[in-house]
Amino acid sequence: MTARSRDEMAKRLAQDIPDGSYVNLGIGIPELVTKFVPEGREFIYHTENGLLGMGPSPEESTGDPELINAGKRRVTALPGASYFHHADSFSMIRGGHLDLCVLGALQVSKIGDLANWSTGAIDAIPAVGGAMDLVAGVKTIYVLTQHCTKKGEPKLVDACTFPLTGCAVVDRIYTDLAVIDITTDGFQLVELSPGIEFDYVQERTGAPLLPIRRDSK
Amino acid sequence: MIDKGVASAAEAVADVFDGATVMIGGFGEAGSPIELIHALIDQGATNLTVINNNTGSGEVGLAALIKAKRVSRMICSYPRTANSTVFPELYHSGEINLELVPQGTLAERIRAGGSGIPAFYTPTANGTPLAKDKECRSFNNRDYVLEYGLTADFALIKGLSADQHGNVVYNKTARNFAPIMAMAGKITIVQAQHVVDLGELNPETIITPGIFVQRVVEIVEPAIESVLVAAGETYP
Repeated sequence: MTARSRDEMAKRLAQDIPDGSYVNLGIGIPELVTKFVPEGREFIYHTENGLLGMGPSPEESTGDPELINAGKRRVTALPGASYFHHADSFSMIRGGHLDLCVLGALQVSKIGDLANWSTGAIDAIPAVGGAMDLVAGVKTIYVLTQHCTKKGEPKLVDACTFPLTGCAVVDRIYTDLAVIDITTDGFQLVELSPGIEFDYVQERTGAPLLPIRRDSK
Repeated sequence: MIDKGVASAAEAVADVFDGATVMIGGFGEAGSPIELIHALIDQGATNLTVINNNTGSGEVGLAALIKAKRVSRMICSYPRTANSTVFPELYHSGEINLELVPQGTLAERIRAGGSGIPAFYTPTANGTPLAKDKECRSFNNRDYVLEYGLTADFALIKGLSADQHGNVVYNKTARNFAPIMAMAGKITIVQAQHVVDLGELNPETIITPGIFVQRVVEIVEPAIESVLVAAGETYP
């Protein structure tokens, strides 16, 4: 049994991003995607606080405190980068100009509802950031997440119990165990991680998992 | 002669009144007009509604303004950061109200407010708790949520360079909310690292045209929020 590591999950997802894509990466595991750009492809990263052409973080204790990403960490700007204000940045997002957004998840439902901003706990301070804008506007939404919570509960569920980020917005889910598409019939298995069995994944999924289609790629 | 320059941050914020709505630029520490915020703390205005993406960190800048209990209401998208303790305490004790707005909706509400657009429909947040009790309408078989424009009595922003007409250019991702807040503020106050002579800023690359700016104050060496927080500084 070899569930994918976080790096391997990010690497697997990166294989599916077409050359020349404009990509927004959420905070956390999605940020690892930048480490695994396939040979011969170029992705342009958008960070919603106002930069297209985001490069890697600078050396420790260097960089500019006013050149940061959406996670408020210092980054760099690559040749060809541009800065812009927030309304322009979210016009790029809502206006459908970005090709792909990769987000983490608390829950994804079988119809592609996403919950990733709040557990609904009464005493928690609600904070949403740009997640709702991203799922409403970006052409393709990939979720990159562990298959289950730390307590072992499924994150892929029949219906989300946490407050929604968006309705029917997720296209595909990459987990440590599998790659799964959202289809009109529900969770469609695309591939299993090496050494992982179908039943093992189904037991850890909160809704029926459709077996890999022979005609799928 | 038009000269929007003022001599000090204190003079720039002298007329902020109790109960005012104040937009404050910045995304995290990038673009936070920390000297103007500190001057506002010294000035004493209270019961403020503050519009900013976050709620500050440590006990300097926006967090210090909140800590001083000058803010009765925050409109923001993400009131949590690693070093944010001031806001959570007052929120839990019921001493500050929060209106949570998705980040892009916040930006568009500010842009709309500054552009004479009272309201607009957006797909963001449709079907989520943040659209609860809001008017919805369908266009081309998709549902949209009605959101209202935002304006403010004052906008406090930070630029890199500005001139006496109020033209501004910014530094990297410090630009964030500043250009749209400049549009939405009745009195927009810019703190700039360099106040330059007319003609020095290239008209082709000016980001905020001076018509949106009422006051400019030069702050040659603005404090860096993360440096102050790391040193355990507090204000006042």
